[in-house]
Formats: sequence, C-alpha cells, structure tokens
Amino acid sequence: MSNDTTVDTVAPDDIESVDAFRARLRAWLPDNLPPIPDGAVERTDERWEHERVLQRRLWDGGFAGIRVPRAYGGLGLTAEHTRVFNEETAAYDLPFSLNVPTLGILLATLVDAGTHEQKLRHIPAILKGEELWVQFLSEPSGGSDLAGCLTRADRDGDLFMLNGSKIWSSGAYSADYAMCLARTNWDVPKHRGLTMFIVKIHQPGVTVEQIRQTDGSTEFCQEFFDDVPIPVGDVVGEIDDGWSVANRLLVHERMAVGGGSPYTVGRNSKQEVGDEGAELIGLVRSRGLTHDSHARQLLAEASVRTMVGKALVERITTGMTTGAMPGSAGSLMKLYGAEAVIRRAEIGVELAGEDGVTWPTGSETAGARLGQYSLGRQGAALGGGSNEIQRNIISERLLGMPREAAADRDIPYRDVRRTGGR
Amino acid sequence: MDLELTEEQTFFVETTRRFLEAESGIAAVRDLEHDPVGYDPKVWARGAELGWTTLLVSEADGGGSFSGHGLLDLVLVAEEMGRVVSPGPLVPVNVVADALSRLGSPEQKAEVLPGLLSGERVGAWCGTRPVSGRADGDDLVLSGTCGPVEAGGQADHLLVAVEHDGGCSQVLVPAGMTGLKVTQLSGVDLARRFADVRFDDVVVPGDAVVGPRGEAAVEVEHALRVACTLQCAESTGIIDKVFALTLEYLGDRYSFGRPLSSYQALKHRVADDKVTLEACHAIATAAARAVADDAPDAGEVVSAAKAWIGPRATEMIQDCVQLHGGIGVTWEHDLHLYLRRATVNRATHGTPEFHAERVAATKLGASA
Repeated sequence: MSNDTTVDTVAPDDIESVDAFRARLRAWLPDNLPPIPDGAVERTDERWEHERVLQRRLWDGGFAGIRVPRAYGGLGLTAEHTRVFNEETAAYDLPFSLNVPTLGILLATLVDAGTHEQKLRHIPAILKGEELWVQFLSEPSGGSDLAGCLTRADRDGDLFMLNGSKIWSSGAYSADYAMCLARTNWDVPKHRGLTMFIVKIHQPGVTVEQIRQTDGSTEFCQEFFDDVPIPVGDVVGEIDDGWSVANRLLVHERMAVGGGSPYTVGRNSKQEVGDEGAELIGLVRSRGLTHDSHARQLLAEASVRTMVGKALVERITTGMTTGAMPGSAGSLMKLYGAEAVIRRAEIGVELAGEDGVTWPTGSETAGARLGQYSLGRQGAALGGGSNEIQRNIISERLLGMPREAAADRDIPYRDVRRTGGR
Repeated sequence: MDLELTEEQTFFVETTRRFLEAESGIAAVRDLEHDPVGYDPKVWARGAELGWTTLLVSEADGGGSFSGHGLLDLVLVAEEMGRVVSPGPLVPVNVVADALSRLGSPEQKAEVLPGLLSGERVGAWCGTRPVSGRADGDDLVLSGTCGPVEAGGQADHLLVAVEHDGGCSQVLVPAGMTGLKVTQLSGVDLARRFADVRFDDVVVPGDAVVGPRGEAAVEVEHALRVACTLQCAESTGIIDKVFALTLEYLGDRYSFGRPLSSYQALKHRVADDKVTLEACHAIATAAARAVADDAPDAGEVVSAAKAWIGPRATEMIQDCVQLHGGIGVTWEHDLHLYLRRATVNRATHGTPEFHAERVAATKLGASA
C-alpha cells in the first residue's frame, strides 16, 4: 500500500471548470444554506441532526464530495474547486462535524481500502448525510499500543463474532457505522493477526457509554461488544491484514486533524482558527488590556501560531501529495497542532485572568469558555496518537532513527505479557 | 525552502550550492574573522554573475528573474548562504538595487546600478528609522544616526530614510560626503560587518531623492519586508543545515554501546526540532510568497515569520549544541558560526517582540 494520498483524477476537459463551479455555487448558496451561527456551536443531538440535513442539501445541490471519485457519488473535482468552495461558503453554516472523522478519515480509508461493493454501499450514503462514521481503535487496556488490541473477532462460518471493548471514539453515540480493529489470529505476532471490520453501531450486542471529560463534555464514548455478528463481507482489506488498513486510516487522521485532508471542506469545527482569534481579541478588549504590551505580545503569539500552522499544513500537504514527503510527515502537523492547542489554551487562561475562573451564572462569556477549555487541553496531545507516539513516528519513520526496543516483536500474540498479567 | 520549485529554480539552487561549497564554504568564515571587509569581493562578484544581485531588478535595468517573481528566486540564494553562513552583503545590495530599479531616476540608475549588479560596488540600506531632514531650497540637510547598518562601512552608496516637511523620503547618499561618519562596529557574527552611520548636517541635492519626494513611507515598509523575507530564508537555511549535522552526529556517536540516536530522550527532542524546522520553512515560504505577490496581509505574514523564526532558530541551534555535547561549545566546531549568524538575524531588522507588536497592531490597532 502506498503512503501517498490517492485521489482519482478525471481528464481535465471532462470536469466542471473552476469558474463555472464558483458561479453555480454562488447562485445556489443564499437559498440553500443558513448563515454561520453566532457564538460557539455545541455538538448537541439537535446539532448532529441539523448537520445531517446540511450535508443532504449539499448532496441535493451537487456540492457533496468535491474530491470523491464520481463512481462513488462524488464530484471527482480538484483541490482548486475545494479552495473555491471554502472561499465562497465562509459565511455559511456547514456540517463542520462531518469533516472529522466521517469524511476526512473513514470515507478516505474506504476510498483507499474498501471493496467496490463497500464503497457503493456506504460512500453515497455518507455524502447524503445518512451515515456518520467513527473509528473503533483504542482500547481501555492502552491507547498508544494500538496493535496490542484485545478485542477479538472469531470466525464462525460466514460471520465473525465480535467481543471486547473500544474507547475514545468521539461522537459514537450519534454515529451509524464504525471501522473496528479486532484480533482474528492469536498465533502470530501482534501486527499480523488483526482485521479491520465495518460495524453497525446501533444493533443488539453493542453498548455505547458516554464518558464525561474534564471540561464537562460527553463526546467521547466507550463501546462494549457482546457476540456481535459481522458478515465476512464487512472485512476491510484482507483478513489478518487490518494493520495496513489501520495505518492508512492513521495517515488520513493526521492529515484530517491537521486540516490537510482532500475530502474535508470548510473548517473542522465552527470554533477553529479565525474565531478563536476573535475570541481572544474580544477578551483583551473587554478586560481593558488593549494597550497592555504583555497582553498584546500574547495575542500576537496566538495569531502567529495560527498563521504558522496554516503555512505548515499547506507545506506538509504539498509534500505528501507530490511525494516529496512520506505519509509519516503527517505527524509533524499533528504534533504542531497539539502544541499549538496547549499554548493557545495557556494564552487564553493568562488573558482571561479571573474571568476564566468565575463568571455570571448562566452567561456564556469568552472567559468562561477559555477557562474551561484549558482544563481539557491535553486531549489534543492524546487523541489521535499521543505526542509521544508522534515523536516516535517522526524520529523513527520520518528521520530513520533506530526503533525503540519492543518486547513483543516476533512473538505470537497469545504469549505477550499484558497489563494485569495475561 | 519552497517545495514547489520550477526546474530552473531547482537548477539555480544546485548551482548556487555547488558554488558556495567550493568558493565560500564554512571554513572561509573563520578566515574572515579579522578581515575589515568581512567578505571576499572576488567571490561576491562571481556570485553576482550567478544572479545574486539582479533578481529584483527589471530586465530593462539589466536584471531579470527565473520564476517571474525575483524574490522567490532570491530567497533560494539567502537560504543557501545560510547553509554555509556565507558572508556577502546580500540583503543590503538587493534592497538598494530593488529600490533603484523600481523608483530611481535614469541618472541614478545609470550611475549606481551597473556597479551593484556586477558586484563591484556595494549599497547599504540604513533601515526603517528615518533620520531628520530639513529642506534648504531643493537640497535636503540630514542629521541623525542609523544603525546597525549592514555593510555600512563597505558601501559606496547608502539608502537612507529621511523625515522632513511632515513626510518621508528615501535618499541615496554617496559614501564620503562631508558630515557623513561611518563607524565600523564589533559584533557577534565573525564575518558580517555592521556600522553606525551618523549624519551631521549632510547636504544632499534634491536629485538624490529616490522616488516621489515626501511619500516614501510605503517604500520603506517594502524595503523592510524584502529584508526580513531574505533574513528569514537565511535563518531557515542555517537551521536546516544544523539539524542535518546534528542528526548525522547522533547516528555516528556511540555511548554505552549504542548510538546516541537510539535514545528516546534524544529522539523526541530531535522530533520536536524537526517540527520547528518545517514550521520555519513553511512560514518563511509563506512570507516570500506574500511579499512577492504584494498580498494584502504581506506585512503581517512577514512579521509573523520574523517573530516566529528568530527565537526558534537560536533555541534550536542551542538545543543542537546540547545534543552534540562538549564539542558543541568549542571554537573548533562549526556550530557557533551558525549560532552567531542566527543570533544576529534574530535581533536585526526588528526584534521578535517588535514584529509581534506589528501583528498585534493589525488585530487591535496601534498601542497608545
């Protein structure tokens, strides 16, 4: 499996020109998409339903899946078309939450690794807003050692029976399908006995529990599987070769989280980038710090970090698309992004001062949001592979430094020592 | 370096790199430590033949670029010079040549440009802080000090900003005029020379004004952007090379029976340095493109690059010194040559704090 991102290309004379695309979009937008909402957008059940509707409108209007192959319901257009789409839709409400993970990670992995039948079954449904997807990778026994997966799928005729538990899947309670990594062979070393499955989330045997996080949000979930039957036709890639599919997925994850996915449009969330800058500016003004040189330096730092981040995403995405950089370069964006979140959270706390720890009851102040946001800031350095894992990937895969010693290499997985004994 | 270079640009980079390694390698910097000029004029003139002085100059004036955007070609030279800490007045000569080509009178161009372009003459740019001037008929009388001015002591002409009559003009002052005092400074860089330039009632004729009289503020800003863009490219070249040296060293050096590069504590620091390095490349490229395109946010992006790269370049080299161990703090090792240049680049053409304040001003308006 190659490391670079493959997006099928159509003969240039066969595609809608960028200008025609822009004109069609401009004419369509005012009557079909609402304006971008003021303030923060929380991922409530109503919001999820609303985003499904928005995605359906994009589909009906002929604007869904700009870079998705035509054979699977997409438009098969170019990065330039996406850029134009993003420019023209900046003032409109979009299904921001569908970008990650549904479009940027799971649809992308399906495009790369799914069977023709799987793609036909799911990709158009995703583009219509009918299917939201998540990934079931991490397990309670340890998140960073992804291949040390204990969830098992045992073959029973044309079915696999899934048992075990997954964790840290964002928004699983409101999603429809997941890609789930499970162990199908215990007699081979850990990376060689894994298989990737498509799992329908809402069915008997699957229990989804929401986890309350430090900032009060309940987006992350834990899932429990109790004899969940999965048809053989829902295996993604080859049986026992799920690790390659997982790696493909992780490449897409790093690109999507960094903002460099070919399949996402607009921002990854309403809160991203520009708005966060506006929030800090508002805070500096409301706290009377407009002429405070320290506050100005902090605000500038936040702004500079955003600009550098944007430039870095553009550079790495170009590098990965042209083949100048391998897929592991995505970890550079991931690590930069996590550090930027941490530093921006800290700047928010510093600028908010007392307003970040107390606020008038019932009011949604910038200080209140920034103060609480900072409590969970390390999530950015943990989710999607911890910073430490990203540093391993950068040093070992990108820079070729020696790999860490591993006590479980080349040993049948059933003989590997695990947390809490065997 | 920009990842999207044309074939011609790639060839230009290779030619420049080969030339610098052969004629002006890192060892050359050590030889120049006590040289008053700070660079070899013969090497500089040969560099000029390769295009180091002509890229920002129009074809009509004897210049020309490879890509159609001379600045995008010139940053490639700056980056290559950074990789060997090359001496040579790249920033001042190009800022002056750019100003003359775009704004100079036919007489100014004829008198000064050929020498600058051939590398036989040097121009210095006195920076953004204007000296004060008063009009005396058509003449301007200049007083005040500028500095540190790169290559001020080597320059045949100085481009200086003058505040007068409620406006700002750029004036081209020949070296050696009465009342003009240029004092060479000592400094951190072994080769790059800076000077204090003092004007004591220096009388310059009206035809020394470059561009529209009294309306040069936007041109001074442009000069700053060009200077900062080149400086950011040079610093990025420096840390790119230092990073490569360090990575190689960690692989070659053994402790406790294993290569240093196998220690996770060191691998993780190298990973962080790699992120810093790529982020510097990215914002340096963004700055070059924004200035080349004269983008509406060019001033902000350039200042972001200066504020970001300055302290990170020096910090990263210091970290590479640490990763080298004791050899890293010796005179014998080349690391300090890179560190010296990056340290000078951080502080000149505006400190990181100065440029951060410029970014803040775009968000909040000017400070009281």
